[in-house]
Parts: sequence; structure tokens; C-alpha cells
Amino acid sequence: MTARLQSLFSSRLKRSIRLGLRSLWLHRLRSLLTMLGIVFGVCSVIAMLAIGEGASFEAQEQIKNLGSQNIILRSVKPPEDQKVSNNQNNFTLDYGLKYEDISRIQATIPGVTTIVPARVMREYVWNITLRVDAEVVGTVSWYPAMRNHRVASGRFFTETDQLAAENVCALGAEMAQRLFPMEEPLGKTVRIGEQYYRVIGVMEALTKAKTDDTGQSSTQQAVDRMFIPLETAKRRYGEVLFKRRSGSFERERVALHEVTVKVEDPEQVVAVSLAVKDLMERNHKKKDYDVVVPLELLRQKEKTKRIFNIVLGSIAAISLLVGGIGIMNIMLANVTERTREIGIRRALGAKRKDIVTQFLIEAVLLSGAGGALGVLLGVAIPFVVSSFAGMKTIITPLSPIAAFTISALVGVIFGLYPALRAAKMDPVEALRHE
Amino acid sequence: MPQPIVSLQEVRRSYKMGDVVVEALRGLSLDIGAGEYVAIMGPSGCGKSTLLNLLGCLDRPTSGHYLLGGTDISSLDDDELSDIRGRRLGFIFQSYNLIQQLNILENIEVPLFYQGRSEEEARAIAIGLAKRVGLERRLDHKPFELSGGQQQRVAIARALASDPLVILADEATGNLDSTSGREILSLFDELNQAGKTLIMVTHDASVGERAQRVVRLSDGQLESDKRRSA
Ligand SMILES: Nc1ncnc2c1ncn2[C@@H]1O[C@H](COP(=O)(O)OP(=O)(O)OP(=O)(O)O)[C@@H](O)[C@H]1O
Ligand SMILES: [Mg+2]
Repeated sequence: MTARLQSLFSSRLKRSIRLGLRSLWLHRLRSLLTMLGIVFGVCSVIAMLAIGEGASFEAQEQIKNLGSQNIILRSVKPPEDQKVSNNQNNFTLDYGLKYEDISRIQATIPGVTTIVPARVMREYVWNITLRVDAEVVGTVSWYPAMRNHRVASGRFFTETDQLAAENVCALGAEMAQRLFPMEEPLGKTVRIGEQYYRVIGVMEALTKAKTDDTGQSSTQQAVDRMFIPLETAKRRYGEVLFKRRSGSFERERVALHEVTVKVEDPEQVVAVSLAVKDLMERNHKKKDYDVVVPLELLRQKEKTKRIFNIVLGSIAAISLLVGGIGIMNIMLANVTERTREIGIRRALGAKRKDIVTQFLIEAVLLSGAGGALGVLLGVAIPFVVSSFAGMKTIITPLSPIAAFTISALVGVIFGLYPALRAAKMDPVEALRHE
Repeated sequence: MPQPIVSLQEVRRSYKMGDVVVEALRGLSLDIGAGEYVAIMGPSGCGKSTLLNLLGCLDRPTSGHYLLGGTDISSLDDDELSDIRGRRLGFIFQSYNLIQQLNILENIEVPLFYQGRSEEEARAIAIGLAKRVGLERRLDHKPFELSGGQQQRVAIARALASDPLVILADEATGNLDSTSGREILSLFDELNQAGKTLIMVTHDASVGERAQRVVRLSDGQLESDKRRSA
């Protein structure tokens, strides 16, 4: 019995849907134009969400690469005016992070586990005739663990290499590929100036990002890095670096280019970073350093994303509202046009709820079709964007489902009034309608 | 007289038009028995359509009682009235009132679906009815592809789909030429012979003559009620 009722109900529904589709098809152009509001609303929201999601994913990956428990200090050349007054040729610009900074941090700030000092030199790295412009990083053996940058093959240098100031190196993935396109780099040597370095390891590739959102002149990704022991770097390069710059030499004395401080407790990162900033401020007269807190950047990114999502949500709401009003408008016209039909159906035994269902189904078909079309376009656009503009896009499965459901719901909400109006008509009046 | 199937008792129907109250029916009492063929006549504006709408449960009396098959209509709600229209009454209108989007077969099926019949049942019944009115070859035509007489026959088939106790026709031949009008009227005769109760409103005396009983209205009241001796 219930099975029969159920099949009767579903066949009734099927018939109503067929009928609705037919009457929408009868006014194809009108239906299509009415749907457009929903189509564009849904499509733009899904597409923008996918693009935003992709961008924030990339940014987060990048920040994660820096390490969420890390605080990164970098040497920054102080503003130019400091130098202009001393415009001699043999002047050596002395700035940046000092070894004392490290010991001070270690001595006064609790909760700091490890500190990675690094010297960074921009050099050409050669393998016979192949050349790569790279950053040569003199650092300590625990750098890979600290910066989430693991060794893919071979090994990183050890404390023994460090103490002996060995000429060994680990190459960044990309430069290894470029210097040794056909052969295994491990065990080979590369040349920098007159020095030869034995390749003992190759690093994992880092996730590439188009833009560096840390606000830094992208030290981590834009240029490949080659890692050598800090002791080796000190011996080979000394404290003073020479730079050729528009005809004249420029000398800089920078002890350390980069210091990474790892905080023990993830909860304490912000507090420690404040202490570090305070400490640095007290000991450096000039602002010749910069403090980057990846976690802070992450938080900031999340906040931006939240704002972005709120804006998107409002756009979605407005366009669905406009689309819904369009549907209501067309359904009201539809009801008026078909007053006679309503009268006929009522005379032939249609109950009020039959009339409501009929018009409601039509409205939902209209908005649902708009939603479906919007979802198709909205999924296609990010696909096109990522294949042509090379931007990463992520479509979370929830967004098309939610968009479709909400647009169908818009049909119910905005179709209800016209449908009720149709059902409320007096049959006699409706039959008399021209 | 057989057991009355339709019974009006002191029925009034008035319309409020601003301050003015128009009384379309003024205390009408009328009994119609099962299987009768009744013509309702009278000058324009005397209340014929108003009466027919009441008989068809499309409207309710302002006062008085209307018993259809023993049930007092005024005690029923809108859904129940709809049910009665769909299951016990058949309507035939002057302007046919077919649904233009639907083909002939689908038009005949409309009341069947509101009765809750299955697809196959409805199809079988509708095809049978189309045969009965001689339109079995036109099933997939749209109403506008048919002549007026043919459209009215579709409407009759549709009215029969509810297997009605009473068939109500308002100027059913009003829009037709005399030949197709005659065809429709002979179809009515057939239906009546098959035992259907028929109530039709008409202006035309020659049409009225086909009925066994002629009820004349004047200004919302019964003027005369004549039965043709068989
Ligand atoms: N909806 C309405 N509102 C106001 N007055 C109405 C309404 N319907 C009918 N009337 C009035 O009721 C009276 C009877 O109308 P009705 O339509 O029943 O006449 P009729 O006998 O069918 O006329 P005709 O032969 O011209 O069709 C008329 O005076 C008409 O003006
Ligand atoms: Mg009339």
C-alpha cells in the first residue's frame, strides 16, 4: 500500500517536472534570461572561491616552508643616506646580524631551542661549462631539520665537516638538475671562483610559488640555494664581501645574513618574536635587520582570507537575491498569463496544493537549472585560469554542492509567493479571465 | 420523480460591488433527479452562470443549502470541493477551455491525474474516451489544430474522465456553427441515454428543446419549470 502510494507520488512528481520543463521550454529565451542572474552569481562565486583558495593554499605552503615555529632574522642594508656622507672608495659598509646577536638571544630569551646562523653569498656555481646563478649559504648542519627542507639524496654536511671546514656542498634540487642534467651529481665537484666543492647531497624540491608573499626579496624560492658549512664559508670568504656595482667596488661587512630561531613551544612563537624584536632594537642603532615571523604571516593570511570570504559571500548573497527577484518577477507574469489554465485545472479537481506544487516546481527548475549552469561554468573557469594563467586553483567539493543547493532554495523562496498567489485565485474568476 | 441528486434549498448568491450588493440568485429552490436532462434558460444577466458555478462547486451560496448526492456543500472545505469537482462533476464550457500547451490525450488526462490515477490507467481511460467522442486519430494534436466542434468534443471527453454524477454545460454550443452544434447535442443525447445527468445553460430555444426539462430563470428567481412529456 505505502509502496503504491510512493510510486504514485514519484510518478506525480516526475509528471510535474516534465510539465514544468515543457512550459519553461515554451518560453526558452525568457527562461534563459531569467536564469542568468543565478548563473553569473553561482559561477563567479565558485570561480573566485577556487582562485582565492588556490592562492591562499600556495601562500600557506610557502609560509609552512619557512617553518611555523621559526622566527627568521635577516640582514638588511640600512638606508642609503648613511653611506653618502662617507663617499670614499675604500669605505666598508658594516651592517647586519652579528654573532653576538645569537649569543644574546640564547642567553636572555627562554624557550628558544635552536638557532641556525647563515651567511649568504650570491655566486656563480660552475660544473665545467654549465653555470648557475645561486645563493651560496654557509650554515650549520641542522639547517634542513629547522627549515623543513630535507635532503633528497646523499646527505647534508655534519659537525665533522663543519669543524674541518671541508669543501663539501648540498645542492638545491633545481640547480642540481641544471648543473648535472645527464649525470648523478653526488660525488662530483662544482666550482665557485677558484674553490672546488664536492657534492655530498641534493635537497628536495621546494614548492614553487609565483610571488613571495613574505614581502622579502624572495630568498628562499626565487634563487636556488647551495649549502656549505658555515666554517668553510668564513674561511673562504672572510668577513668582508666585495660587490661590483656600477663601475666601482663596494665592500660590505656582514657577519650573518640570516638567523633562524626555533621556538620550542608553538604557543610561544609570538611572545618570543616580540622579545627578539625588542632585544634587536636595543642592540642595533640602525634598522639593519628584519624579523619575519612565518606564523604571524600565516595568521595574517588567514585573516585576509576570512575577509575575502566575507566579501565573496556578500557578492553571492546579492547576486542570488537579484536572481531570485528576477525569478519571482517572471513567475508572477507566468501566473497572470496562465490564470485561465489555473481556473481550468481547479475546475478539473486540482487542489490548491497541486497548483502551488506546479508553480513552485517551475520556479525551482528555473533556479536549479541556473545553479547547475553556474556550477558548470564556475568549475570550468578555474580550470581555464590554471591552465592558461598558471595560477593554482582549488575547488573544494563543498562549494559547487552548496551553490547548487542554495540556488534551488532561492527558487523555493522566491517562487513561493507567486505560487501561493496562483493557488489563492478564485476558480470562477480565473475561468472568466481572458 | 427519482431520488434528487441535486437539491437547492432557498439558495442566494450576492456579490458586493463596493457599496452596492448585486443579488444574482434570490432564494432559488430546485431539485434535479439522477439521469435527468435539464436546460436552464433565461435572459442575459438572470443568474444562469452563477447557478451553474454553484452547481459545479466552483462557488458557494451566500445563504441556503446545496446538497449534491446528499452532501451539503457548504460544510466542505476547499480541498473537499476540489475533490468533488474532480470526481463527481464534469464541466463543459462555451470556449472549450482546453489547455493549449497539452495535446488532446493529455488534456483528457488532466482530471485523471488529480484523481490520483497512475500513468497507465490514465492513458487507457483517456484513449477510451477519445474513441467515444470520435477523436482517436487526433490524440497527439494540439487544441489549436482542431476545429471548434472537435475541441468541444475533447472537452466532453475530459468531462467524462471523472465519471461524473452530473455534467454541467454552459453555452456548450454557443461558439459552434449549427452542424457541429448538432453533433455536440447528439453526443449529449447519447450521454443522457447512457444514464448521465445533464444540466446545460443555453440561450437557444431550439437547443433547450432537446432537454426533457426546461428551467427558466428571471432576475435570480425561478420563473418556470417545465417537463416535456415523454
Ligand atoms: N463576480 C461578479 N461580481 C459582481 N457581479 C457579478 C459577478 N458575477 C455575476 N455578477 C452579476 O450577477 C448577475 C448574474 O450574472 P450571470 O453571469 O449569472 O448571468 P447569466 O445569466 O449567465 O448571463 P449571460 O446569459 O449573459 O451569460 C449579473 O447581474 C452579473 O452582473
Ligand atoms: Mg452566463
